[in-house]
Amino acid sequence: MVIDKIRKREVESIATEQNEYKKADIPVGKWVKCNKCKEILYKDIVRENYSVCPNCGYHFRLSSRRRIAQIIDQGTFQEFELDIDNVNPLGMNEYTKKIDGLREKTGLDEAVKCGQGKINGEEVVICVMDANFLMGSMGTVVGEKITYSIEKAIELKLPLIIFSVSGGARMQEGIMSLMQMAKTSAAIGKLDKAGLLFISILTDPTYGGVTASFASLGDIILAEPNAMIGFAGPRVIEQTIKQELPEGFQTAEFQLEHGFVDKIVERSKMKDTIYRILLMHKNN
Amino acid sequence: MSKELNAWDKLSIARAPDRPTALDYIDNIFQEFIELHGDRQFSDDKAIVCGLAKLNGINFTIIAEQKGRNTKENIERNFGMPNPESYRKSSRFMKQAEKFNRPIITFVDTKGAYPGLGAEERGQGEAIAKSILEMSRIRVPIIVVVIGEGSSGGALAIGVGDEILMLENAVYSILSPEGYSSILWKDSSRAKEAAEIMKMTAKDLLDFKVIDKIIEEPKGGAQKNVKLMSENIKQEILTAYEKLKTIDQDELINKRYDKFRKMGEYKSKSYNI
Repeated sequence: MVIDKIRKREVESIATEQNEYKKADIPVGKWVKCNKCKEILYKDIVRENYSVCPNCGYHFRLSSRRRIAQIIDQGTFQEFELDIDNVNPLGMNEYTKKIDGLREKTGLDEAVKCGQGKINGEEVVICVMDANFLMGSMGTVVGEKITYSIEKAIELKLPLIIFSVSGGARMQEGIMSLMQMAKTSAAIGKLDKAGLLFISILTDPTYGGVTASFASLGDIILAEPNAMIGFAGPRVIEQTIKQELPEGFQTAEFQLEHGFVDKIVERSKMKDTIYRILLMHKNN
Repeated sequence: MSKELNAWDKLSIARAPDRPTALDYIDNIFQEFIELHGDRQFSDDKAIVCGLAKLNGINFTIIAEQKGRNTKENIERNFGMPNPESYRKSSRFMKQAEKFNRPIITFVDTKGAYPGLGAEERGQGEAIAKSILEMSRIRVPIIVVVIGEGSSGGALAIGVGDEILMLENAVYSILSPEGYSSILWKDSSRAKEAAEIMKMTAKDLLDFKVIDKIIEEPKGGAQKNVKLMSENIKQEILTAYEKLKTIDQDELINKRYDKFRKMGEYKSKSYNI
């Protein structure tokens, strides 16, 4: 529900982007249009600005690779590498093909990258979800990688950081995706009991089974400005209540106002904020 | 005969208006039931019924998703679709069960957590997540019975337990087939087709080891003989409890953790670090 709405929005924005290119005769690939202020921006400048629009502060979506580069000290990230079998519990032909295609296209093995690294010298376990891989949906592999990382944090007595971006549980793996909510949440329960810190960071979009499991279970929950965060997708809610949703519904700011987010943090200040929080949890 | 029913047939039985609801079973199974209300924070959401019940001298805490038995009741119970307050209420009673060393029985029967504006404002996702987490570490036996429709996080929120039982014609899935086909194929009218590929029947879930046991229904479905159905459920609850009551509390929660830990583990798993 959420996923297709978001996809549609993306497709639309790409389409208008390309039309704009034609009109303005700008070479495709070098320029990007801000989704919010509609300003045409030079891509390199946006990138140098943490992928945030220099004009209006809009936060573009970030790949897991670039997110890690922004958060983890250079050269310190060691990915937990695992040999993944194709998992296809419902036996859908097109699903296996889709996964193989995405692996090739994105260079990612799945919708989350997990590993160990340093933030200004502070060792952490970090998981970063990636919207480029089936909208960051959580199937068995994502559930397994996140659970493994949580257990690793417990074993190494390290703080855990998870950047979420997800349409929710992955439909193509049916009930097994749903069970990943239990698996990951139970592992967070163990981490909690071990007295270890979990900082959950919600980025655009975080929905469904991810919101209803580990993402909402952080000791501290941060969010990026304007990120869409919720359980049910806006379209489903509109259909259910048969009325239009208010402006700003389900934004990070809305979640802050309703008490479900501790702090909204701009991307340029994210690493420093996490670092300061980490230090506040030391020496006690 | 029931073996010939496909997933859609079973879903239709599970959704039938005359299908017995949780309270029908509670009335028939337990010698005594005291319903208790409210989440102590905001309201008493009626899509989940909580209370204390006695069976063969054993006290249980009951958590049950309750659909209405007629239009009036359905409106009152929000068609069995819980708001966050329901999950906060059930969490409250589960923690009490732990305090008083009382085993817990949950009855799962919902189309899903309610996708409403207020539900979002009051943190539906957080309420479900917390409930799942707490259930994973509550130190008393938890027996889950899927009696009708077990759909999405709204079902799983009260579905984390030591023994997961499921009625023969009940279904349990990531989402309703309507929602599923709408997401996957952008076409909610293909729900029937979705039901057949989603592997949502009791048999499918037993194969996946998501549930532990199927409880047989009277011929034609549970509604044909509520007394017999209740008797079957009662016997299975007692059997499960006999098994669980002897397990040491640490072992109980370790086993529960492992049970869900194993779900969706893939074969070759060689980590490098």
